[in-house]
Parts: sequence; C-alpha cells; structure tokens
Amino acid sequence: MGESRITGTTGRGIPVRGDDIDTDRIIPARFLRCVSFEGLGEHAFEDDRKNFSDGTHSFDREEFQGASILVVNDNFGCGSSREHAPQSLMRWGITGIIGVSFAEIFFGNCVANGVPCLTLDSSQVDEIQSMIEGDPGCLLEVDVENRSVHAGEHTYSAGLPDGVQRAFLEGLWDSATLLLEASAAIDEVNARILPLQEQP
Amino acid sequence: MGKNLLQKTWEQHTVRELPTGQTQLFIGLHLIHEVTSPQAFAELRVRGLDVRYPARTFATVDHIVPTHSQERPFVDTLAEEMMVAIETNCREFGVQLFGLDDDRQGIVHVVGPEQGLTQPGMTIACGDSHTSTHGAFGSIALGIGTSQVRDVLCSQCLAMDPLKVRRIEVTGSLAPGVYAKDVILAIIRELGVKGGTGFAYEYSGEAISSMSMEERMSICNMSIEGGARVGYVNPDETTYEYIRGRPFAPAGEAWEDAVKHWESFASDEDAEFDDEISLDGSALGPNVTWGINPGQSVQVDGQLPTVSELPEGERESVREALEFMEFEQGASIAGTGIDVAFIGSCTNGRISDLREAAKVALGKKVSPGVKALVVPGSRLVSEQAESEGLHEIFMEAGFEWRKAGCSMCLAMNPDKLKGREISASSSNRNFKGRQGSPLGRTLLMSPVMVAAAAIAGEVVDVREMFGD
Repeated sequence: MGESRITGTTGRGIPVRGDDIDTDRIIPARFLRCVSFEGLGEHAFEDDRKNFSDGTHSFDREEFQGASILVVNDNFGCGSSREHAPQSLMRWGITGIIGVSFAEIFFGNCVANGVPCLTLDSSQVDEIQSMIEGDPGCLLEVDVENRSVHAGEHTYSAGLPDGVQRAFLEGLWDSATLLLEASAAIDEVNARILPLQEQP
Repeated sequence: MGKNLLQKTWEQHTVRELPTGQTQLFIGLHLIHEVTSPQAFAELRVRGLDVRYPARTFATVDHIVPTHSQERPFVDTLAEEMMVAIETNCREFGVQLFGLDDDRQGIVHVVGPEQGLTQPGMTIACGDSHTSTHGAFGSIALGIGTSQVRDVLCSQCLAMDPLKVRRIEVTGSLAPGVYAKDVILAIIRELGVKGGTGFAYEYSGEAISSMSMEERMSICNMSIEGGARVGYVNPDETTYEYIRGRPFAPAGEAWEDAVKHWESFASDEDAEFDDEISLDGSALGPNVTWGINPGQSVQVDGQLPTVSELPEGERESVREALEFMEFEQGASIAGTGIDVAFIGSCTNGRISDLREAAKVALGKKVSPGVKALVVPGSRLVSEQAESEGLHEIFMEAGFEWRKAGCSMCLAMNPDKLKGREISASSSNRNFKGRQGSPLGRTLLMSPVMVAAAAIAGEVVDVREMFGD
C-alpha cells in the first residue's frame, strides 16, 4: 500500500493565465455527477475552452498537448473542495503545478494525489509562462528535493511547506496509511471526546 | 498567555505529531453527502478498510436532489446512480443516512446544526468547502477533499498543517435592512478572496455577538470565499440556547456538564492572534456582487469600479469580470435587471432567512418575466415555514416553493440558469458558470435583497422598503 517517494517531476509546461481561477472553472459541477473520477480528464476547463477561448485555450493548443507541468497565477483552485478538479488535471496529464499561490483545499487535494504544487513570485511565474509560450518544447522541472523550479537555463528557489516536502520525499503522502499507524492513540482520543448520542 | 478557541480545540483533538511534522487531528463529527463520498468509499473497499467510528459519521443528500419532484428513480440517471451509491455505502458501512425518505434530510450544513450534532469545541469535517458554516458554534470545521473523506472515514483523523488565526471584530449594530450576508460580503471585499489563506477567521464584536445562530452561520459559511478554510464565533448563551433540546444535544445532567465543557473552549481574554482587524458594522449597507468572485461587491447605492482608478495589479481581473458580466465600469449596481431570483442554499436557506424574505414578498408580485424560487435548506425548515404560512406568502407573490436541496447554488440538479440570464441569488458563489449556464451571471446578495429584486425586476435598495 505504501506510496512511492516523489522527488520531483519534469516535463513540458502549459500556461493557464489568470488570478483566482476557481475549481468550478477547472471542472464544472455537471461533471461531478459521477461515482468515480474516470473520464474527467477530457473535461478539464471545459467551459473556459468552449465559451471564452475560440480554441485558443492552452488545453486545446496543439503545441501544449503532452505537457505535464501546469503554470498558473495567484490563488489557483479557490472555491469548491471538489477533488474532481485536481483529478481532471491529473487525468489530462498534469503531474506538477507551479503558481504564485494555491487555495488551501485544492493544494491539499493535490498533495493527496501526489501532485506537487510549488510557489514562486508573481514576476517569476510570469517569466516562465512567457518562456513556455515562446518555446513550448522547453522542459520544466519541479524539484521537490531542492525546493526549486528549473526552467531552461534558470533555476528559481520555490516555496513548499516543510511537512509536505517531507511527505513527498519520504513517501508519506498516502495519509490514510500514515494516520492508521496510530491506531491505539486514535482510540484514546476518541474516548476523551464527547460521544454523539441521540436522545431517546 | 491565554489561548484562542482554535488552539484549545486543536490541542484537545491532537492524536500525535506526524513524522512529516504535521498534526494528526481527531475529527469529532464527520458529515458526508452524495457528491464527494462515493470515491472515498470505493477506496475503503479497495484497501479492505472499515468506517472507524460510524457513530461519528452522518450522511445526507443535497447537491443532486431535484427540488421539484423527488420521486425515485430520478429522471437524471447519473444523479440516481449517486443516490444509490450513498444509500448502499451507508447501509454497508453502518452510517446513519438522512435520506429522501427521512424528515431530517436537507443541505448538510443546515442539517448538522438542526440536529444538534454541531457543538462547540468540536472538530468537524465534511467533503464540502462550506463546512466552515459549523464554526458558528465555536467548532473548528474543515472543508476537505475526497481523499481526506477517505482518511476520516477510515481513521477519524486528518493530517493537518497548523492554521493561523485572524480576529475580525465587527463593531456596532447593523442598520435595518442590513444582514449577516452584507457583513461577510464586506469582510471579503476588505480582505480579498485569498486574504484568509492559511488562516482561521475568528469573528467577534458587538455586531456578531448580537446575531442569532442562523446569522452567525451565514457569516462563517462564507469564510472560505475569503480564502479562510475555517471561520468561527466563540460560543455563548445564544449558542447553548440554540443547541438545547435538539435531538443530538446532551440532555439531563449531561447538559450542564456539556455547557461547562463548551464554555472552556472560548478564546481567553488575553488570547493572542496572528492578526486582528476591525470593521464598523453600523456603517454597512446592503451589498451586491457585480463580478465573478465574491470579493467583487459594492454597496447597493454604490458604483462599479473604474478600471483606470485601480492599482495596476487589480485592473486585469476587474476588466475580465466587467467583460463577462457585460457591465459598464462606473455604473450603478442598482437598476440592474434580473431574470432569476433564488432564495436558498447553505448560506441563506434557513427559517430566519425565509421569514425575512417573506416580509418583503408579502402582498407583492414577482415582476413579470422573473423566475423566482424559494428552496428551503432542509425538510424541517420547509415544514416550519409551511406551519407559519410562509410558503403561501411566497406562492401568492409568484415565487415557486420548492423542496429542500442545494438547488441553484451550484446547479447539479435541474435548477439552472439558461444562456446569459442574470440571477439575484442568496447563495455564496458568483463564479463564471456557477449556476449551471456557462454564460450565466450571478449577483450575490442577502435573501431580503433577492426578494426585493424579484419584485422590482431589478436590483433595488431594500432599505427603501423599510421606510427609514
């Protein structure tokens, strides 16, 4: 059951520009009518792609097909807690995300699925977005081990909370397994917390 | 040095420090619904795990249930499949389900408090970002994703990074026609939609302490729209009086002990906070959103921003919002025509919301061409409203009276905007496409403002109806 260690991920980049891109935009609610996450990949950003981009959304552009590192701006993944959002990105082929900042629940959902999200300054993200727009073949590396991003000739020092970095490096990001290790301690806390009982 | 409520609750529920340095946090109450739980149960089956404490786990159905006819099987076969999944999962894993055959069914964040499940000093988790609602009772309530739903089902715990606490004091008394919704929209406008990332918000001050529990729930509900995963109000007499006598509330001798226990969680006088801000509640008016995130709002008698007057960094998102909404910069929000009026949701679908909106609707008629619906937050809210005759007031005015569910807040059921329709909505999100049409537009406001807009056919200042 143990998950693998994740030291980083490398691939071509794909930019999605804009601040405050919410999870309704990443995967519209109608696609949540499902009991598994299968098939969500093709619907990533569906409404943005179909209604506002005339085929020019990065996820539709030929040169970004096969890319695996998503590069976004500020407060990415805000709004709904739907894990369908990172699931749809993963199933499209995304293995790592670089952004200015991430909404908390989205970030946690990515960690739970082994997708590292690293943060950089706004100007650095801008620079990388422009770089991959100009040269879509350029490789990006999300380096968890050194907490950095490598893009072409450049190396940027990036943000990643200590605990999350350790979880990836030591293969502890499968939280269910980790939490269940403390079985006896869980029972102790359960015993000291008020029970919930329906009154007769 | 004293402690705040978050610190006390956190300590009480800490199982251990994880090897990652995070905290293993015990969750006292786990609420689940049909949308974010099926994949979690599927993982339990794959891994051969059980629900660890079924007695701390409660389920209801809200997101996908139709609000017209709730007869089974649903017309939408995908929705029906999700219903069958949660029914099967709850049966097989021994979880109590407030399903469609149960009078206690409703929106998960209405049902928990209504049943007395939500209590002070408790840790609560639910696979829904509006779980912050339960913080109104002085609990630490966390919205989580499906992997974490799995974690809580099998271990009753979460792996958590520490949270900072920002104390938000709202001073003074609210003017007539100004409600909790207006306060939280003002807070989000002030602090921004990401201002709360990494923080829990503690709401305090005279305006908050004089609020009913339902109003406090509306405030805490939208914490997440300001980026704060957790929002809470310290428990007080109002809190205990609300809980007393509810089905899952402690009773008899246990009641006094429970109250003492709950009181001990309130932030100490000398508690420290990572940040503190203050807002003058008496200066607030009704707020209306004009853009595509809940931070983009203006007082109803105010104007939309002028792009050239904004700092460089804000211009692009304002431009994007104005373009999507097809609104002119600098225009007044009052007078904006609406096509749909929606009263309901986990933010504003409770009995006091319906009572206030009914006062506005009484003896009036919904403007021709406006589709107006009232969707109670739960069956018990619906029953209460009907016993007070509120449904008749709404129906006589031309509102549709629906059955309980999330409805047009996120439009996973048949209640959706069409095309470019503009909706006046008492819900919590005005994101592009949120109400079911990719091109649909949402103006968030309080339930009384929605009722007033339904009648006028356009955004109006409800204070004028109060004749002050």
